[in-house]
Amino acid sequence: MEIKVVRKVLSVNEKMAEENRRLFSQKGVYVINVMSSPGSGKTALLERTLADISKTIPCAVIVGDICTTHDADRLARCGVPVSQINTDAFGGECHLAAHVVEKAAQEMDLAGIRLLFVENVGNLVCPAEFDIGEDSRVVVMSVTEGEDKPLKYPVMFRTCHAAVINKSDLLPHLDYDLDQARANILNIHPEMPVFTLSAKTGEGMTPWLEWLRARIEEKSSGTTG
Amino acid sequence: MHEMGIAMEIIEIASQSIPEALKGAKVHSVRLKIGKLTAVVAESLRFCFDIVSRDTPLNGAVLRIEETPVVARCHECAGEWTLEGPFFSCPACGGGKLTLISGRELDIEAIEIEDEDDAHANGGK
Repeated sequence: MEIKVVRKVLSVNEKMAEENRRLFSQKGVYVINVMSSPGSGKTALLERTLADISKTIPCAVIVGDICTTHDADRLARCGVPVSQINTDAFGGECHLAAHVVEKAAQEMDLAGIRLLFVENVGNLVCPAEFDIGEDSRVVVMSVTEGEDKPLKYPVMFRTCHAAVINKSDLLPHLDYDLDQARANILNIHPEMPVFTLSAKTGEGMTPWLEWLRARIEEKSSGTTG
Repeated sequence: MHEMGIAMEIIEIASQSIPEALKGAKVHSVRLKIGKLTAVVAESLRFCFDIVSRDTPLNGAVLRIEETPVVARCHECAGEWTLEGPFFSCPACGGGKLTLISGRELDIEAIEIEDEDDAHANGGK
């Protein structure tokens, strides 16, 4: 005897993500979910980004890691509120789920905050499937990885709204084919903005910062698509 | 990696879906629809499901997985096509803006439970 169910398997997470999205919107906070494989430079990118943007836009960060508070310690030095999530307290999860972000957000004072970065666990697979209530998703790759990362992880690159190719300062020392990497990203997501930059030297940061500011403006003027 | 969590969600939803009158009946199978453009590996999911379903009403149930193709619709020319590889531009007009009509499903469609007739039939064997 067959009993119809017809439900999304992740419906509990999706409901919680919608709830987060509503709460963040109410508070006027723009939320960016930053994802990458381990070591692509998410934390360095956020450090460099915060050093500039937090001068004019009040920011906060939620950092997810399986263990350690190293990333949170680095980001706290940028002078913005930082909330650390160690996913091993939740079973060593390889991604942040909506309820975990909700708990971290509750523990922060978001009054006056306009931009919240969520640095996800370093992983190009699992975080792609879990909505956390963000406005935008950004994937970071770096020139020390293969140019074919987008083709190997299409779900991640397809579900993101912008891509960053980090560590451009290393290009002279590598055989990395930047055009091929960009083409691979655009094969998966033809209209996606791609920012090639070096979080270390600051080269190429301006277009990325402008994109961020435009997203926040869009949301506060209520024209977010 | 996250298949364990997904298996646990499936067990939660499937357990809740067993009608009161059939509590305790054996669940033969769970029918799932999983899109090709999801980060879910069917074999890992089955492996995890077999482990976490022990001591639940789903113990011994099999996962019947229907894999759905990645189908897109172009915003420019309204053409629809099935993607066979990771190339998301419209083959007709080259447009890059598209809506995915299928391929991102991760749905639990139905459960199959042993009902009284099955139970009698089995008992009579």
